[in-house]
Amino acid sequence: MRPRKQAAPFERRNMTLKLIVWRQKNPDEKGQFETYTARNITPDHSFLEMLDVVNEELIREGKNPIAFDHDCREGICGMCSMVVNGIAHGGHERTTVCQLHMRKFKNGDTIYIEPWRARAFPILFDLVTDRSALDKIIEAGGYISCHTGGVPDGNDILISKTAGDYAMDAAQCIGCGACVAACPNGAAMLFTGAKVSHFAALPQGQVEAPERVAAMVKAMQECGFGNCSNHYECEAVCPKGIHTKFISRMNREFLKALFKENTGTFTPSEK
Amino acid sequence: MIIDGKAPTGPIETSWDRCRSSLKLVNPANKRKYRILVVGTGLAGASAAASLGELGYNVEVFCYQDSPRRAHCIAAQGGINAAKNYPNDGDSVFRLFYDTIKGGDFRAREADVWRLAQVSNSIIDQCVAQGVPFARDYAGYLDNRSFGGAQVSRTFYARGQTGQQLLMGAYSALMRQVRAGTVKVFPRTEMLDLIVVNGEAKGITLRDLLTGEVRAHTGDAVLLCTGGYVNVFHLSTNAMGCNVTAIWKAYKKGAYFANPCYTQIHPTCVPQTGEYQSKLTLMSESLRNDGRCWVPLKQEDKDKAPEKIHETERDYFLERKYPGYGNLAPRDIASRAAKEVCDDNRGVGPAGRGVYLDFKDAIQRLGENVLRDRFGNLFEMYERITDENPYKTPMRIYPAPHYSMGGLWVDYNLMSNIPGLFVLGEANFSVHGANRLGASALMQGLADGYFIIPYTIADYLAHTKPTSVTPEHQECVKSVMEVKASLRRLLSVNGRRTVTEFRRELGMLMWHSAGMLRSNKSLSETLATIPKIREEFWQNVKISGSETGLNQQLENAGRVADFMEFAELLCVDALHRDESCGGHFRVEHQYEDGEARRNDAQFCYSAAWEHKGPGTEPELHQEPLRFTSVHLAVRSYK
Ligand SMILES: Cc1cc2nc3c(=O)[nH]c(=O)nc-3n(C[C@H](O)[C@H](O)[C@H](O)COP(=O)(O)OP(=O)(O)OC[C@H]3O[C@@H](n4cnc5c(N)ncnc54)[C@H](O)[C@@H]3O)c2cc1C
Ligand code: FES
Repeated sequence: MRPRKQAAPFERRNMTLKLIVWRQKNPDEKGQFETYTARNITPDHSFLEMLDVVNEELIREGKNPIAFDHDCREGICGMCSMVVNGIAHGGHERTTVCQLHMRKFKNGDTIYIEPWRARAFPILFDLVTDRSALDKIIEAGGYISCHTGGVPDGNDILISKTAGDYAMDAAQCIGCGACVAACPNGAAMLFTGAKVSHFAALPQGQVEAPERVAAMVKAMQECGFGNCSNHYECEAVCPKGIHTKFISRMNREFLKALFKENTGTFTPSEK
Repeated sequence: MIIDGKAPTGPIETSWDRCRSSLKLVNPANKRKYRILVVGTGLAGASAAASLGELGYNVEVFCYQDSPRRAHCIAAQGGINAAKNYPNDGDSVFRLFYDTIKGGDFRAREADVWRLAQVSNSIIDQCVAQGVPFARDYAGYLDNRSFGGAQVSRTFYARGQTGQQLLMGAYSALMRQVRAGTVKVFPRTEMLDLIVVNGEAKGITLRDLLTGEVRAHTGDAVLLCTGGYVNVFHLSTNAMGCNVTAIWKAYKKGAYFANPCYTQIHPTCVPQTGEYQSKLTLMSESLRNDGRCWVPLKQEDKDKAPEKIHETERDYFLERKYPGYGNLAPRDIASRAAKEVCDDNRGVGPAGRGVYLDFKDAIQRLGENVLRDRFGNLFEMYERITDENPYKTPMRIYPAPHYSMGGLWVDYNLMSNIPGLFVLGEANFSVHGANRLGASALMQGLADGYFIIPYTIADYLAHTKPTSVTPEHQECVKSVMEVKASLRRLLSVNGRRTVTEFRRELGMLMWHSAGMLRSNKSLSETLATIPKIREEFWQNVKISGSETGLNQQLENAGRVADFMEFAELLCVDALHRDESCGGHFRVEHQYEDGEARRNDAQFCYSAAWEHKGPGTEPELHQEPLRFTSVHLAVRSYK
C-alpha cells in the first residue's frame, strides 16, 4: 500500500445549540419534550448529521437515541420528516430537513424538533410517524391500469412538451407528507392533487380519470385527512415546490367526474 | 469447481426467444396456489412483484423503509438506456449489447447481456404506458440524450429524477396489485435469514422493525431484490440503509457470491467536509459534458482562491492525460486520475480531497442561462450542501463508491444455485461485468422484474408442488431462534464504542486499501486487520435499548456486523483476481496510460464463492466466460 498521507484536519468552527425534542416511546404513550445540548457542530453539518452527533453522545451515556426516519439524505426519498421550530422541514425553500444545513442556524440557538402532527399520521416513536395512509390513497387509484407487456411503442403516444412538463411538475412529489403536517386541517389535498393531475394531464391517464379521482378522494376521506380551506401552507413547505394549482385541478376533475355518466365504478351516491 | 450458467447456446440473436418458448408455464388456475416472497421494492422488486401479482401469483413484498416507494432507486438522476434508435444515430440491440460487454471489460455472460439489450425497448414502452413523464421534444416525441461517454443518444430521462419517476411507475403498478388483492406489502421489515428446506429456498426470517418481533414467512420461491453493498466503504452515494445483509445471509445458507470485488467508484461527488459526515451526494455525470476538471500545477497554490490561479498555473489533468476523451473519460479512469493529483498534494478544499470542475468556459461559450437550463437543479443542490455558487466559483468534486457489480451468482434464469432462490437488480452479478455503464442499472432492474422473472420463475414453479412448509416447520423455528440469539448477543455486549464508530473504522480501512486502488500488499494487510476489528466489535460495541420496539441502533449493528464479515470476502476475491479489469484496479497490473490490464488467459471467468463455515476459507467456483459474438479486446478510451 502507498504510504497514506496524513490529511490536513478538517476545519472546525464549533457551534453549540440547545435542542428541545419530542420524545415518545409508543403510539399510546403521552410524549413529552426533552432538552439536549448539541456540541461540536459545524456549519457544514446537515441537520440530521447534527442529530447523529447528539445521538452518539446519548448512546455513550447509555440513553436511548432520538429515533427519526431518514434514508437517502439527499432530498428525494421522502423518508425524513420533522417539524423544526414549528415548520415542516424547517422552512427553507424547497429543502427537506436532510438537506438543511446548520449554517442556517446561529451558535447558541434553541431549536424545537417535533414529529409530523396530523390525525392521519399517528406518532409511532419519537419523531417517527405512520404515513401509510398516503400509500392507501395511491392504492385506491393512483395508477394507470396497464398490464406488464402488450403496450404500444413509447412514441405511439404523443405528448406535447407542455403537457409532459406539467405532468412532471406534479409527479415530482416525494410523498413525505409535509403538506399534511403543515395544513391546519391535516389535509392531503396537495399530495392527492399532484397524483391526480399528473395522470389527468397525459392521454394514457385520461381513460380512467373520473374513476381515479373519485376513488382517491374517497380514500383520502376514509383515512382521516381533512379538507382544503385555502391556507396554502402545504405549498409553502413542500420540498419539491408542488403548486396548489394541482389542488384546483383535482377539484375540477372531481366535478367533471360527478357530472359524467357511466363512470364505471363511481356514482355520485358513492361519494 | 466449474459451474454452468445454463445460458442458451446457438445464435445469440435468438437465444432469449428460443429459451422463452422452451420454458414451462404454470396453469392460470394454479398460480394463486404459489406464494412468492419478494424482498425489496426498488425497480427490481417492485416491477417483479407487480408483474407476478398480475399473473395471479400470491405475492408478499418486504422493505425496510416505511413505504415501498422509498427504495434507493429513487435517487437515480441521469436516465435509463434503451436501444430504440429513435434519433437515427446508429444504435441497435447489438450496439447496446456490445457497449455493455465492452464497458464491463469483458467480464459478463454474453447471453444475459444480449437479453438485457433486447428487452430494453419494451421497458420504455411499459413505462410510458404507466404514465412516466419522460422528457419530450416539441413535437411530442420522446427525447434522448447521450450519457456517460456513449457515442449514441440512447438515454431516456425525466429531468434529473429518472429513478424517482421509474420507481413511481413500478410502485403504482405494485399498489394496483395490492388493491387487486394479489400482493401484500410488509414495510418496515428487515430480512435477517433465508430459510432452506431440503436444499430449496422456502422462506425468510425477518424482524418487524416497529415491534421487534422476529418471525418466519414461507413460500414457494424467494426473490432477493435488495440492492447493492458499497456501503461497506466509508461514505458512499448510497442511501444510509443500503446493506449487504439479505444477500449475505443467503450466502451463509449456501448461495454463491460472485465477483464481490467488482465495485464502481463515481468520479463526480461532492467532497467530504468533515469527519462527522454520513454520506456523499452524487453530482450527475452529465456535468462533465460542460465542466473542465483541474487542480493547481503547484502544491503551494492549493489553498489559493481558484480565480487567483492563472490559466498557465492550472493542470487540466484529464485533458492532459486523455486528450481523446478529455473530461469525458470513463468513470474509473477519471476517478483514479483525481485521486492521483490529490495524492500528489494538489487537491483542493477541505483536507485536500477535491478537484475543481469548472464551468467558466462553458458559461462564456453558452451563457449562464443555457447552463441553468441544463443543470439548474444540480447547481442548486450543490449550493445547498456547500454554500458555494458554482456559476461564480468552480465546483469541487471527488470520487466516491457508487455501485456494486458483484452480487449473488445467478444462472440465465436469474436463479441462484439454491433452487427457488432468485436474485434480481443490483443484488445479483449478472450483466455489468467488472464495470457498469451509466444509465444501465435502472434498465437492468426493470428488465429483470418486468420481462425476465415472470417467464423464468414459472419454469421453476412448474416443477414444484405448492409448499406445505409453514412457519411451524422446524427449519423456520430454528432460523427464528438463531436470529433472536444473534440480536440478543449484540445487545448483551454492552461495550464502549458505538456502532457508527465501528462502521467508520471498517469503511475507512476498506476505502483506503480496497477502494479505488488495490494491491497485493494493501489487501493482505486488510485481510489481517478485519478480523481484529470484528473481534473488538463483538466485545466492545454499545447498543442501547431493547430487542422489542423500534431500535435503530440494533438495525444498524446487524448491518455493520454483516459488512464486517462480507468485507473479508471482498478482499479475498480482490486478492485472488490478480489482474485489473474495470472497477477492479490492481496497481500491479496497468498499462502505461493507467488503463486496467486484464489477464484473459488466467481470469476470463466469474468467481463464485461458496461459504464453508465460520473460520474456513470460502471455496472458489469458476464460471468460464465464452465470447462468441464479440472479440476480447483491450478497452481503450484514448
Ligand atoms: C445517487 C445515485 C444515482 C444513480 N443514478 C443512476 C442512473 O442515472 N441510471 C442508472 O441506471 N442507475 C443509477 N444508479 C444506480 C441505481 O439507482 C441502482 O443500481 C438501483 O437503484 C438498484 O435497484 P434495485 O432495485 O436493485 O435495489 P434498490 O433500489 O437499492 O432497492 C433495495 C430494496 O431492498 C430493500 N431491502 C434491502 N435490504 C433489505 C433487507 N435486509 N430486508 C428487507 N428489505 C431490504 C430496500 O428496502 C429496498 O426496497 C444510481 C445510484 C445512485 C446511488
Ligand atoms: S432522507 Fe430522503 S428525503 Fe430526506
